[in-house]
Amino acid sequence: MNELIKKLCESFGPAGREDKVRSLIVEELEKLNAQFFIDTLGNLIVTKGNQADKKILVAAHMDEIGLMVTFIDENGFLRFTNIGGVFKNILLGTKVLFENGTVGVIGQEKLKEPKELDFDKLYLDIGARTRKEAQAKVKIGDTAVFLAPLSQEGRRVMAKSLDNRIGCAVVLEALKRLSPLSLPNEVYFVFTVQEEVGLRGAKPVSYRLKPDYGLAVDVTRVGDTPEPEFKTSVSLGKGPAVKIKDSSVICHPRVTGLMIEVAEKNNIPYQLEVLEKGGTDAGAIHLTREGIPSGVLSVPCRYIHTPAEMVDLDDVENSVSLLVELLKNSW
Amino acid sequence: MDLHGFLQEITQKDGVSGYEKNVAACISEAFSPYVDDTRTDNLGNLIFFKEGRREEAPRILICAHMDEIGFIITKIENNGFLRFTSLGGFDVRTLPGQEVVVYGQNPVDGIIGFKPPYMEKDKEKNKSVEMENLFIDTGLPRELVDKVIKVGSIAAIKRNFLALLNNCCSGKALDDRAGVAVLWQCARELSQIHHEAHLYFVATVQEEVGIRGAVVSTYGISPDLGIAVDVCHGDFPGAMEHEVSPLGKGPVITTGPNIHPYMAKGLFDTAEEYNLPYQRDVSPGPTGTDARAIQVSLGGIPTALVSVPLRYMHTSVELVTLEDIKVAGRLLAYFAAGLSSAFVEGLSCL
Amino acid sequence: MLITELSQIPGVSGDETRVRNFIKEKLALWGIKYYTDSLGNLYALKEGRENKQEKGLMLSAHMDEVGLMVSSIEKSGHLRFYKVGGINEKALIAKPVRIGANNITGVIGAKAVHLQKKEEREKALEVEKLYIDIGAKSKEDAEKAVKVGDYISFYSEASSSENIVKGKALDNRAGCAALLEILQRDFPFSFTAVFTVQEEVGLRGAGVAAYRVNPRMALVIETTGAVDIPEAREQDYSTSLGAGPAFTVKDESVITHPRILERLIEVAEVQKRPYQFRRYGGSFTDAGAISLSGSGAAAGVISTPCRYIHAPVSLLFLEDWKNLVEITDAFIRSVHEKGLEI
Repeated sequence: MNELIKKLCESFGPAGREDKVRSLIVEELEKLNAQFFIDTLGNLIVTKGNQADKKILVAAHMDEIGLMVTFIDENGFLRFTNIGGVFKNILLGTKVLFENGTVGVIGQEKLKEPKELDFDKLYLDIGARTRKEAQAKVKIGDTAVFLAPLSQEGRRVMAKSLDNRIGCAVVLEALKRLSPLSLPNEVYFVFTVQEEVGLRGAKPVSYRLKPDYGLAVDVTRVGDTPEPEFKTSVSLGKGPAVKIKDSSVICHPRVTGLMIEVAEKNNIPYQLEVLEKGGTDAGAIHLTREGIPSGVLSVPCRYIHTPAEMVDLDDVENSVSLLVELLKNSW
Repeated sequence: MDLHGFLQEITQKDGVSGYEKNVAACISEAFSPYVDDTRTDNLGNLIFFKEGRREEAPRILICAHMDEIGFIITKIENNGFLRFTSLGGFDVRTLPGQEVVVYGQNPVDGIIGFKPPYMEKDKEKNKSVEMENLFIDTGLPRELVDKVIKVGSIAAIKRNFLALLNNCCSGKALDDRAGVAVLWQCARELSQIHHEAHLYFVATVQEEVGIRGAVVSTYGISPDLGIAVDVCHGDFPGAMEHEVSPLGKGPVITTGPNIHPYMAKGLFDTAEEYNLPYQRDVSPGPTGTDARAIQVSLGGIPTALVSVPLRYMHTSVELVTLEDIKVAGRLLAYFAAGLSSAFVEGLSCL
Repeated sequence: MLITELSQIPGVSGDETRVRNFIKEKLALWGIKYYTDSLGNLYALKEGRENKQEKGLMLSAHMDEVGLMVSSIEKSGHLRFYKVGGINEKALIAKPVRIGANNITGVIGAKAVHLQKKEEREKALEVEKLYIDIGAKSKEDAEKAVKVGDYISFYSEASSSENIVKGKALDNRAGCAALLEILQRDFPFSFTAVFTVQEEVGLRGAGVAAYRVNPRMALVIETTGAVDIPEAREQDYSTSLGAGPAFTVKDESVITHPRILERLIEVAEVQKRPYQFRRYGGSFTDAGAISLSGSGAAAGVISTPCRYIHAPVSLLFLEDWKNLVEITDAFIRSVHEKGLEI
């Protein structure tokens, strides 16, 4: 699974350009002989079990945050805008990667005071000396993601886009473990697109599939670092988090209740999560059609939306176990 | 039960956004004598059906949200104090010294605690308190707190319903239980008069956290037209006149892009015809009510908004007068009773 | 329960009548003689069972609470108000109140959060900007129910469950309740217990009372702030709930007489009851006025620790209050048994 996590995190897939990540996942699915299809927006849907009582949609988004080129100046410097929630104050000196392999570094204009910092004060340097040289590699509208190889120290992994490739990995691994079994429910494993720009992929796919329940698998913030920005009680290494609410959804008590019950029955450590800011695909899923009771299984993660997000592999393993046991259960 | 009794009953029940069960049960019971069918959808919206006399008659949705703003526990401090965040938007300045009920395994009373004034630094004195510096004090020791309360437990404002002068009442959650009372009044009126239209009264959930219940209940019912009933700002000393509507001068009928012009006109005409007091208000964009969601549901639903003036919105001492609720209920009943298929067809001919 | 019953009664400084009447009723019921003075202080003459000898001991507890007073009535029928005593301004908004002798219900209103600009939201509201809404349609309408000068107190229901007591005005109805509890018991000598007025506006009743009683020593029964909350550092707790009654060493108005303090500690130790010292040197108590009245008296203060005083709902632990009663009881008896050299 570690090899898979590395491959997923290091691949290129900003919101709207998830093709490479999807191909990686498709490769894995083909190994499993799984049935899947891809919808108009690019969501990848795997179905398992059929004609069962309850239909469950499990969603993990494939996309990551990124940058998009908006202008190329005569000296070959690029201006850009954000795709999703990019923190402008961590960009200076950060390397980024384009889909065609071009690498750039982010520079910053002189600021009179720190609060002047905005995207218009930042630029991207791809080593081009002229506009023409730059245009040969990159054009306006091209997107880039952080360039950051995965590192591991002990049980902790640092990488870009663990949000939410770790969710993809958890779902894939669960799918792998469940694949020889027959399930009491019909389960749609969905790898969604464009979550980072407003939960866009999850909406039409849940409309299409009409599930009885929704479950998003995503990362969540932790409050276990010095003077944390977010006052949450979730810590790294204490197990997957069962989300109670975030700004996009108040999780359905039936789903959270089942998650807790299954975790306790199987001795899987878990934490309860109340997140003040942030949303997941469950926000879109639960408001589809006549309403779909939904929950979220969160992998605790530090430094979300930076080039070095961090998760604990024990949490990851426990998340897989929880997801597997949940789906073996009847809902 | 009279209107005062109904309002008292439903504002004494807790129903924080996403956790509306308690209040829903109470509302459901009070509606049952006046409706033909009751159901609850996946998100907890409470849907009452009142059948009209003619099968192909228009189907009208009238909704008011039953959820109230409240709190959710984010952390349990070492000595058993509870940190919290809000579900919906509070004026944090109203919270110090407020009593709450925490829904753990069983309900536990608490006080929202704060620092005494003498401990405030000079620059804090003139600043309002911040939610992250407040906490809930149950008085219980940590071991006991851990047994009953968890991260994610919900807390609601504890406030008795207060009767004031001139049929005014004050309490918590009148936003939008006052609207639910309008629906109830409307259902009662309609049980006395002939109506062809089919009515769906919906007590919606999760309005305060992003108008969520109305999205799915409108989809589920698929009505021909919809009316949201909510509260609007009442008058108070120092208010700008255009921001508020006085109490006791009747319900407020809104116009603007969120509102179908013929629907608003229909309501104005009904009020004039039956000599009911009403007020006008304008909203230049999507309103902050269920009407926002109803209008753009499915293939588009003609929508109107009727509001009850309410003072001190999103505090624990919201204040309304029963007169406005009564008139609003009557207005909606007469409007619904007078609905014709031709009127509904006309709504698409703009 | 005496504490909760007393807590519910409106009795802002200068308007202690209803509290006084409640206490008078109890005293009459128990056959204790009492009288009042022109300020409204209530003096209970507790006679000793064995002999009626006086030892020059006075006990006291103030009856009044912090509150508000109607200052004017707006054209719209809303009431403006003044503060009476050191009420916590930040806890006023959106709280119910009762006004005047007829207990007219009102609520303290403020502009809805939706209508406030960001700068407004970040500022604390000044008392001058607040008003009370009683549902009146106009000034004339309001004047039928209330008048300028009416006293206003918080409208909070008192409650108790096992160890926890909650309610308004626990400062100092808990003290009044303790004094009443003491007065029901038999003692071997006589003393005077005074329920004082106007403590919260400057210890105004107690000085007069001490002048009349002319005690050699006085023990003031109070309720003091406990700040054992997560927003405070431990060194700033002042007192903690559950750690027993608090003995004052000094506050802004008095330095407790060392013999009284020693004796309080001694009886608490003998009885093996918990006690703590009040670890904040600020604020005033009746002991200050008593100690300087007439030719002076030795005074001390024993308090029930209580969170969120001077606000709509306070919280105390019954065990602290019970320990206060027992230590006070033992203190009185020890004055008889061992005397107290001042």
